[in-house]
Amino acid sequence: MALVLAAILAVACVVAVALPFIREPEPESDSLHELDEDERRRLELLEARDRSLAALKELEFDHRTGTISDEDYRALVGPLRREAATALRALDGEGRPTGERT
Amino acid sequence: MAELGRAALLVTLGLVMYALVAGAAGAHLGRRRLALSAQNALVAAFFSTLVASAVLLGALLRHDFSFTYVARTTSEDLPTAYTISAFWGGQEGSLLLWLLVLTGFGAAAVRLNRGWARDLIVWVVPVFAAVAVFFAFLLVAVASPFVMQAAPADGAGMTPSLQNPYMLAHPPLLYLGYVGLTVPFAFCLGALLAGRPDERWLVATRRWTLFAWTALGIGQLLGAHWAYVEVGWGGYYAWDPVENAALMPWLAATAFLHSVMVQEKRGILRVWNVLLVILAFSLSLFGTFLTRSGVVNSIHSFTQSSIGPWFLAFIALTVAISLAVVFWRLPLLRSQTRLESPVSREAAFLYNNLLLLALCLTILWGVVYPLISEAVRGEAVVLGRAYYDFFLRIFGLPLLLLMGIGPLIAWRRASFASLVTTFRWPVLAALATGAALLVLGAGSSVPGLVAYTFSAFVAATIVMEFARGTRARKALGASSWPNAFFSLLGRNRRRYGGYVVHASIVLLAVGIAGSSAFDKAADAKLRPGESMAVGDYNLRYEALDERQTSNATEIRAQLAVSRGDRDLGTLEAGKNAYTVEQQLSNEVGIRSDPLTGEDLFVITEQIDPDGTVYFRVFVKPLVNLIWIAGLVFVMGSLIALWPDAREQRRLVERTREIGLPATR
Repeated sequence: MALVLAAILAVACVVAVALPFIREPEPESDSLHELDEDERRRLELLEARDRSLAALKELEFDHRTGTISDEDYRALVGPLRREAATALRALDGEGRPTGERT
Repeated sequence: MAELGRAALLVTLGLVMYALVAGAAGAHLGRRRLALSAQNALVAAFFSTLVASAVLLGALLRHDFSFTYVARTTSEDLPTAYTISAFWGGQEGSLLLWLLVLTGFGAAAVRLNRGWARDLIVWVVPVFAAVAVFFAFLLVAVASPFVMQAAPADGAGMTPSLQNPYMLAHPPLLYLGYVGLTVPFAFCLGALLAGRPDERWLVATRRWTLFAWTALGIGQLLGAHWAYVEVGWGGYYAWDPVENAALMPWLAATAFLHSVMVQEKRGILRVWNVLLVILAFSLSLFGTFLTRSGVVNSIHSFTQSSIGPWFLAFIALTVAISLAVVFWRLPLLRSQTRLESPVSREAAFLYNNLLLLALCLTILWGVVYPLISEAVRGEAVVLGRAYYDFFLRIFGLPLLLLMGIGPLIAWRRASFASLVTTFRWPVLAALATGAALLVLGAGSSVPGLVAYTFSAFVAATIVMEFARGTRARKALGASSWPNAFFSLLGRNRRRYGGYVVHASIVLLAVGIAGSSAFDKAADAKLRPGESMAVGDYNLRYEALDERQTSNATEIRAQLAVSRGDRDLGTLEAGKNAYTVEQQLSNEVGIRSDPLTGEDLFVITEQIDPDGTVYFRVFVKPLVNLIWIAGLVFVMGSLIALWPDAREQRRLVERTREIGLPATR
């Protein structure tokens, strides 16, 4: 009994492993989508944009709560806005749609 | 059914070996079906390990003593709950649990993240599989739980101290923590191998790391409470190597959880974060090695356990390969920005990291020192409590202080004037607390007084942050104060959940300082009718009782407790004599004061045949805050762990913006 169950288990596992080949015996393409240099650069810009926007949002809230003083807020908000603008301009400059945020 | 268990483990080994080889080949050659097949193999490995686990659990519940493991760890009279806990009570069973959780976490992490990080996942699978190959190999070839024998009439039973409800939850939680740290490690190494050390591996593993860290934290607190009520030496943490084994990866993961925020906000500390993840994972392996190899029971050789050398070799291989990959990918890990000021939030987090790491490495040195001293001088020198306590104060107290400073400083840089404005109330609160405690007599322990003062500072900053945040949300349109409070929590769960966790650490610090720096102890040999005093308490030994349970004889000394003229009732303390195991266990008596958090703690060191008992009694102020801290810790962790739908949408949107296709 145990050996029968073990055989069933082994066969089931082999089928699971072979499933991608059973489902697509002759696929149009079997290559993985690799990020090219442009896409990699774009990902970095998107990360930089999201980082700057999140930092701005946090700074605004911390200033509103009083955790960040007026003096520190004035010193920090300018560079953060510039960073966000730089990332947005670079994304626009790549000529592709950048989603609702932009 | 042992054949089924053995076959299932063999299938698992085959599957994870395939996932390693096919996964690496698929990722390297860019072959989609091969990579998907490797992912399926990892998922299938979880199910075959589940079958093996079911076989072992079934054997335990049937008391099938033809399984050597079952006969060695249980007995016929062992209560069912402890029979189940024997699954992780022995070496082979706990390794099987490791593999089960590992393949389960691997399958889940791959499935949950493949929608937006598929190009990373193809490299994550072989890393997971490599770790799983090691554990599956151990279970198949070195430490199988399915070794058979001629069934004896009864099993050897379970060590009495393990027959405790805490043992049902404490070890599995530690394993969830240890194994959980494989997830950030696999994603980190996968991202490096893929050449894509962008933020995605951090985002993909953030909650996994937090989950593993929470499980390790709770597991340790449950272990501490188990030691407190069961081991019977009057404390909850003895700097024992097995306890340290769980603390070290927890400290490394704590450092990572803080420094990862710096990378997310400022794009710096990328190499540091990678190294911390490797350290945390390696320490989790080291922790399992310490617990399971037998090396800490006797540090003379590895001959006590067959898995020790295998573990050491695997840890060395893991560290060497990981560091080689980091070195290879160093050019990709260069930060584009830098630390702008030593007075900034990221700098505070960096100081916190350095202190956490220093504490972690200090503990590691204390753990390995006996091994090194024995290898070098032929004599094992154990570093005692004084060593650990010293470094806990040196690194722990500044860490406590930084916990209040970090969250209140601006990112990038903060002006001096701003610091004065921000910290004036918390500093005043701390100074007032310190002065008041000094007047009340807390000056008898300087570290204790400093810990209380710093705790007051941190508590004030947390209260201030919640008050200011709630006020701001109310001003932004929340309909009521409770709505404003919950909106604050909901909109930034990670930050405010983190503050709740900080509050739990404050409670922990106050509890530890109170119970260790300001405790009182007394011992006495009493005959029935005699009394002793400790602190304000008076204890009169009334009588000795004996009763029989299913698997033990319980001997209990009855003590009448009073404080001044007030009768506080009766307290029982004694020993259990376990029939099958032929062992004695200490059963301490504890009377907790819910108002002050203080415990009266009684141990019966020795019970003579004539009824004379040697008592050891402690008064431990504020000790219950430690256990309350555990509940607050869970609450804060849950707040921070709660899924954030907006974040998921943002990540999927970002993936779409790059042009990565969705995975099906």
